[in-house]
Amino acid sequence: MNDLRIYLDGIGLCGPGMKSWQSSVAELAGATPVLLTQTVLPAAEALPPAERRRVGVPIKLSMAVGFEAVHHAGVDAANLAVVFSSTGGDCDNCHAILETLASDDRQLSPTRFHNSVHNAPSGYWGIATGSRAPSTSLCALDATFGAALLEAATQALASGEPCLLLAYDTAYPDPLYALRPIPFPFGVAMLLRPQPSAASLACLDISLTEEALSVCADPALESLRSSVPAARSLPLLQLLARGESGRVVIDYLEHLDMAIKLTLLPRSAP
Amino acid sequence: MRTLRLTSFTLTSALGHGLKPTLSALRAQRSGLVHKHWETVDLETCIGEVAGVDDFAVRKDLQHFDCRNNRLAQMAMEADGFADAVRTAIARHGKRRVAVFLGTSTSGILSTEIAYRHRDAQGRLPASHNYSHTHNSYSVANFVRHYFDLEGPAFVVSTACSSSAKVFGSAQRMIQAGLIDAAIVGGVDSLCLTTLYGFNSLQLVSRNACRPFDANRDGISIGEAAAFALVEDGAGAQPGDIVVSGIGESSDAYHMSSPHPEGLGARLAMQAALDMAGLKQEDIDYINLHGTSTPSNDAAEDKGVFAIFGTHTPCSSTKGHTGHTLGAAGGAEAVICALALQNDFAPGGVNTQDIDPALQCQYLLANLDKPMRHALSNSFGFGGSNCSLILSKVAA
Repeated sequence: MNDLRIYLDGIGLCGPGMKSWQSSVAELAGATPVLLTQTVLPAAEALPPAERRRVGVPIKLSMAVGFEAVHHAGVDAANLAVVFSSTGGDCDNCHAILETLASDDRQLSPTRFHNSVHNAPSGYWGIATGSRAPSTSLCALDATFGAALLEAATQALASGEPCLLLAYDTAYPDPLYALRPIPFPFGVAMLLRPQPSAASLACLDISLTEEALSVCADPALESLRSSVPAARSLPLLQLLARGESGRVVIDYLEHLDMAIKLTLLPRSAP
Repeated sequence: MRTLRLTSFTLTSALGHGLKPTLSALRAQRSGLVHKHWETVDLETCIGEVAGVDDFAVRKDLQHFDCRNNRLAQMAMEADGFADAVRTAIARHGKRRVAVFLGTSTSGILSTEIAYRHRDAQGRLPASHNYSHTHNSYSVANFVRHYFDLEGPAFVVSTACSSSAKVFGSAQRMIQAGLIDAAIVGGVDSLCLTTLYGFNSLQLVSRNACRPFDANRDGISIGEAAAFALVEDGAGAQPGDIVVSGIGESSDAYHMSSPHPEGLGARLAMQAALDMAGLKQEDIDYINLHGTSTPSNDAAEDKGVFAIFGTHTPCSSTKGHTGHTLGAAGGAEAVICALALQNDFAPGGVNTQDIDPALQCQYLLANLDKPMRHALSNSFGFGGSNCSLILSKVAA
């Protein structure tokens, strides 16, 4: 099995009690207690006002984490390939469509319908950034973060260009909530490069494996990791937050997990 | 780039179950679209329904995956010796080295649409409803991974109508990176209320069988299909084999449900595919257009194609045959291109009567027999997601 070697230049984060990556480092490192208070979503300021009013939680979430990672890495979003990933897309919007289709009047709102596609955040990201670079949108149920990491890493390696990974999950309202409980909206972004740059934070060597998973020692973080697919990334984020090189095993699919060896790099750019 | 060899491929659509009826429908220029009130749908429209899906049973050990989309997937995989070819590849490479990357837009959402009609007094869904294995977008890739007892990477690409073209790119990159040796790619999308009423809400559904590139085109006809290809590194391809030689992806950065009016994103995707394949525009023998039959989509694509190919590359849309199969369209039309290459003909479009004089491409109304080496297939989706594939026949 070949390892994939890629470089991590920027991170974005938004989740319960976590407004951003920068503001969450101490909690993730274990220096301050973790409180899972309701996720605060910033407005999608990058969109024109007419579009901004139409967008739901996944678009706000993906834009918040995406732009944080882009700024953290010091790259331009205008020519950046992006891998979007989410287990359910816009779950509020999906529920509203299902209710309408089960009612006596099945006429759907056109905006609801075009926002129902899984790649809606990608469409709005393109409108916001003007980027015509390739963009994809993935789902692998609980394995969605691992799927997106493989896709973004191989995209960066094949193109020789940076690639932005976005993973974001939101909850359905009832009755689907009962079947697919996602307790908090959570999103993470990582700017990956095929070669190291002055801004690189770490080198990641990724390999496919089947071994014991890394878990979070903090019970609140562990409940998040095990209940939200995008939060399967937490063991990796915690390693970075602690400023440690090391190795974690991230949950991917049945019979297939992902080992990531992280080597910290001395970042020379601010 | 490293090309991808299509070791085996198959298509089930309104044209029939497997390659044989598909090829004979293309040869005879037969459309699979019929005017029908499907399920409880009260819209006046034509659909491209696959015969026999309602009565098809998924394998007993995979009952928890039972839904229209996965029935259609299994039905398609069991045609044309596809499942046997996959098992041979697994025996050769190992179950961890064979991946599953499939496209879908609506997965098995029909199951949840029906379950919502049967909510109890407390608003709960029926206990039998299995969200994760039917409605979730990943369901079909999960189903196929379990069907073959695989342990390799898997995911679903859901970029609306470009989904099952883009999976070829994922497979190519992962094979090139050395992560896998083979992948099951393609796409499955099945009829559901969300897309029928949804496209209707955008006034994009025709009452008639769709007429791509016609002066009087007035919208899409929705179809369903399952297309599969087993792809491996093209290094071992033999003369006559079909390979994917170019993949171009781009974004419109323009609008959620309308294409860039000048076809700019489409042009970028087509040019990127040509560049990756190392081909010039005159090398392309046939273009399978996205050609949805809406006024603006066909006009934008025509501008994009004309800007690169001018007026002399034969092209057509096969959506008049199959309907717009949405997340399965890219895979379905890649298979149609593979059949066109193997059988040395460019398929003419159907239903179209008067080609729109405002459109400049060389749109085929009849089949054109000619030696075929390279075919390009366009797939463009909502959110401005574009993908062009080039399929090539390896020379003797």
